[in-house]
Amino acid sequence: MPLLDLANPVRFLSFSARLLPYLAAATLLVLAAGFWLAFQAPPDYQQGETVKIMYIHVPFAWLGMFGYTMMALSSIGILVWRHPLADVAHKAAAPIGATFTALCLITGSLWGRPMWGTYWVWDARLTSMLVLLLLYLGLMALRAAIEDPNRAGRAAAVLTLVGFINVPIVKFSVDWWNTLHQPASVFRMGGSTIDSSLLWPLLTCAAGFTLMFVTLHMVGMRTEILHRRVQALEARAAAEALA
Amino acid sequence: MSHLLFIAASYGVSLLGLGLLTGWILLSYRREQRMLRELEARGLRRRARAAAPARTATEGDTVVRVK
Repeated sequence: MPLLDLANPVRFLSFSARLLPYLAAATLLVLAAGFWLAFQAPPDYQQGETVKIMYIHVPFAWLGMFGYTMMALSSIGILVWRHPLADVAHKAAAPIGATFTALCLITGSLWGRPMWGTYWVWDARLTSMLVLLLLYLGLMALRAAIEDPNRAGRAAAVLTLVGFINVPIVKFSVDWWNTLHQPASVFRMGGSTIDSSLLWPLLTCAAGFTLMFVTLHMVGMRTEILHRRVQALEARAAAEALA
Repeated sequence: MSHLLFIAASYGVSLLGLGLLTGWILLSYRREQRMLRELEARGLRRRARAAAPARTATEGDTVVRVK
């Protein structure tokens, strides 16, 4: 019941107002700890100090997929229950997910140049990640192009669910195809292949960036709820002026 | 440190990207808050809020019934 109670804009505003200061503080603390651990960690035996890019690149990749998965779940809420908070969550997640995905591609290119000798290669992992960014941008453009917010929400939800096929492709592309990108080394059958001296800084940074994503998403959802209230009041003011 | 330029560029771009995202989200939030306050100052209220009494009696309150 408490979760169902929260799925209401008024209760969400009250609950998130209380939670946000703690979330913001936790984000700063965990990110600070993550970066401290990352810059204390030894260089990798093959990558040298360039492994430091992995402490931001890998969490960005995870959060790009996390954001899209969250939007796919919200899409079910939009299409099945027509829940207004699901629509708000969907809309607020898109720019955050797009930013993390774009930063994943940029930091990956900056890592690829010294390690692979190239900024870009049309390999399955890189290409599917680029498709993910294009999906995010397409969803934002779709919402902006349709004036009726309800129709825009439903159209975006359908496109999100169709595009969700790309998320497992991103994840398993390195197993299904012979790619230049290295195979999974953290979440894999048989456990992580990364030494703990590099793994813990990576996981701490990932936890910090996840908290950042959740914090920004919560503020974005609050903004969208206020935006809808402003629009409703402006429409009422306009109707009263005409009457 | 080898490849220092690539490491610095990665962290720099990330800081810039996340800084811009955070700034945009916070500024949008403040703008909507300000607009809502301005509309409410003009006497416009949401229907639910306008219809609700100033304060609803909760458990523990003394309720005096006037006949």
